[in-house]
This record gives sequence, structure tokens and C-alpha cells, in this order.
Amino acid sequence: MTEQTTAVLEQPTAGKTVKFEIQRQDTPDSKPYMESFEIPYRPNMNVISALMEIRRNPVNADGKKTTPVNWDMNCLEEVCGACSMVINGRPRQSCTALVDQLTQPIRLEPMRTFPVVRDLVVDREFMFDSLKRIKAWIPIDGTYDLGEGPRMPERKRQWAYELSKCMTCGVCLEACPNVNDKTNFIGPAILSQVRLFNSHPTGAMNKDERLETIMSDGGIGECGNSQNCVVACPKGIPLTTSIAAMNRATTVQMFKNFFGSDHMVD
Amino acid sequence: MSRESDFYLRRLHSLLGVIPVGLFLAQHLVINHFATRGEEAFNNASNFMGSLPFVLFLEWFIIYIPLMFHAFYGVYIAFTAKNNVQRYGTFRNWMFMLQRVTGIFLVVFIAWHIYETRIQKALGAEVNFNMMEEILSNPFMLAFYIAGVLAATFHLANGLWSFAVTWGIAQSPRSQKIVSYITIVAFLVLSVIGVQALLAFVV
Repeated sequence: MTEQTTAVLEQPTAGKTVKFEIQRQDTPDSKPYMESFEIPYRPNMNVISALMEIRRNPVNADGKKTTPVNWDMNCLEEVCGACSMVINGRPRQSCTALVDQLTQPIRLEPMRTFPVVRDLVVDREFMFDSLKRIKAWIPIDGTYDLGEGPRMPERKRQWAYELSKCMTCGVCLEACPNVNDKTNFIGPAILSQVRLFNSHPTGAMNKDERLETIMSDGGIGECGNSQNCVVACPKGIPLTTSIAAMNRATTVQMFKNFFGSDHMVD
Repeated sequence: MSRESDFYLRRLHSLLGVIPVGLFLAQHLVINHFATRGEEAFNNASNFMGSLPFVLFLEWFIIYIPLMFHAFYGVYIAFTAKNNVQRYGTFRNWMFMLQRVTGIFLVVFIAWHIYETRIQKALGAEVNFNMMEEILSNPFMLAFYIAGVLAATFHLANGLWSFAVTWGIAQSPRSQKIVSYITIVAFLVLSVIGVQALLAFVV
């Protein structure tokens, strides 16, 4: 960026400001509190650029110097999921939350479904552990070259690509009434990943293992069909269709386990 | 509580809600409808149901045991949810909450209803048209019973929808929507049958 354009962007627009109310928390165990900020407006701001402005000049709305607000971010183009937080009551990514489209004061809170690390930073390890539990990968390694796997039809690949857009952001878990500290429900995103990996021709060779996992502790049985997940998903993943499909697959698996013979996968 | 068997308990909960509890509710409301044909017709139907062979066995295995499991496990499910209709005011999220609210209300209503009728019968009272007429002559009890019937028909109709989804029968959004319409019709039909029967005792 040239010096000139930077200067234009840096120039405040006629004294206009943006108001923020941010829920802060200093340590994982301390009590959360609200802090207000009023920062100079610039065109095309998103929530992250506003947080950067607060970091540059950590002064709250009362004019008192404070600690900079902590948040998490990475890709800045809504594909990594790291910057998810609750913005004006709705969980979403802060990188695509444009200030011009939000009602002020813009209220920022961490996604409390997850343990809060500090301010807006949460620990989403629960989701990554769940992905390990369901074996969200295609096992292709052997002690020798296993050769090519079965071909995947192109149309199926295109369809599966939509499911693969999941970035484990945690928004659907935050939206789900059944993901909370009273349950250990792994959440909609993970169930959809079971469908993704079970649809893959090579991944399907372990589909019974993934189904057994979601038929156990915290699995698909915990879904209460509020269907908030599909409304909340920033990537438009058909989560409720995935869940219903996995409901059918687990129904079949359940009968197979009980009435079927001794074969595993097919 | 060991959670390993949760999947099977949930599936059993979903199944028992329809068979036999849902079927029993539909049957109960239809038999009640004899009240619209007058006192004698209702008493005949009531006597017929009450004098079925193996009636105690039928009561315990078709009604009490499945109903108690559905009720008590349902209370556990209801209290583990963290409702958020303020955040997501969608139709399905409201149905999710109402399913839990009606469920809790029904535990109270049905407990009272069983105490007032079946337990009184066991203690020697006669369950007949007069008994219901007397109960429902109190406007508060009439309102309580109408609320109970509507809660039950709603809980059954919405439960049928989630049964279809939970067992993987309706997967596509389109099929789920069509099942929604069908269950709305079931709710309306059963509600009319149930409330008509109640009003027959007061008019």
C-alpha cells in the first residue's frame, strides 16, 4: 500500500466514532466485566480492524488507559474460524462482521460454550478432540504402497466439497441449545464430518468405526433437532441434513450390530 | 450417570413416545369422544375399556411403564437444554423449546389426572361420566384439562416430526417440511377431538 492511500484510510471521517461494548475477562477463572470503547470511524471497518485500533490505543470510553483487548485471528477471510465471537448476540466471525452493517454499540462477547482463555479468546480444543474421536481423516498409510484407492465420482466430490468447507469455528456449537456444560454433546459440525469422511470411497472403509463413536457418549443421540446449527453456520453447510443422514446410518448400524452377522463394514 | 447408553436410551425414548404412548393418547381421545354422544354412550365405552381382559397387564405394559420412562427421561432431557429462542427465533427452535415446556407441564398434568381418576378408581370410586362432569364443572379445572389436552396433542404431533428425523426417515429439508405440515394437521385434528370431548361434559 502506498503512503498516500494509507494516509487516506487512516484519516478519521469527520470526527465520526464507533461505539463498542466488550465483555472482558482477565484470566480463565476471573469474573467477566463489560468495558466500553469509542474509536474513530474509518470507511469499510470490520470488527477486527476496530479491535486493532483499540490495541493501538487502549483507552476506554471513559478516557482511562486500559489493557488491550485480546482476541484470536488468523486468515482474515472467513476460512479458518479462529476469530469467531458473539457479535450483537449472534456467534459469527469477526473478520466478516462489517461495522457499517452492525447496530451500535457493537457488543462483543466470547463464545461461552467454550472455556474462555482471555477476553474474546476461547479454547476450542473440545472440537479438535472430538474430530480425533470420530477419526476425521482418510487412513491411507500402510507399511507398503497400498496403491490407488477407489475412484470418487466427480459429482459426489463436488457435493462433498460443500461439507468439507467446515472450519471447526464452533459457531454451530454456540448456537446449539444442547451443547452446554450439562451435556457432553460433540455438536453438529462433528456429526457432519462423519458424513463427509464416510462418503469418501476410502474413508468408507472405516465407516462403522465412526458410526460406533457417534452412537456412544455425547454422540448423535444428544441432538434435539432445534435446527439452530444450520441457521448459524457461516459456510452454509447443510448440517441438519447431515445429522438426519447420520441418524439413518446409525439406525441401520444399530440393527446390523444386533441382528446382523459378524461382518464389519458392509 | 453413565452416558455410554445414552444413544439407545434416546432412541427408546423417541420410540416409546410414539409406540405405545402416542397411540394410547390417540385412542384415549377417541374413546373420550363418546361423551359427545351422551352419558350412556360414554359410560358404555368407559366400562368396555375398563373391563378388557388382562386389563392390569395392559395398563402396566402399554401405559404406565413406557409412559413413566418417557416422562422421567424426558424431564432429564428438558433440563439439560439451554434454550435460546431470544437468539434464534426460528420455527424449529420454538418447537424445540415448546416440546420441553409441554413435556414438563404434561408430567404435572398427567400425574394429577391419574390421581384424580385411576387412583380414585383403585380406592373404590367409580370412573364415569358423572365423575368427569363434576371435575370439569370447576372452570379452573376445565381450563387445566383443556391446556393438558392441547399440550399432549402438541407434544405428540411435534414428537412425530422429531421421530421421523431422529430415526432418519425424513432427511432432506423438503421431506422434513412436508412432515411438519402433516404433523400440524395431526395436531389440529387430535386437538379438536380432545377439546370437543371435554366440552361435552360441561354443556
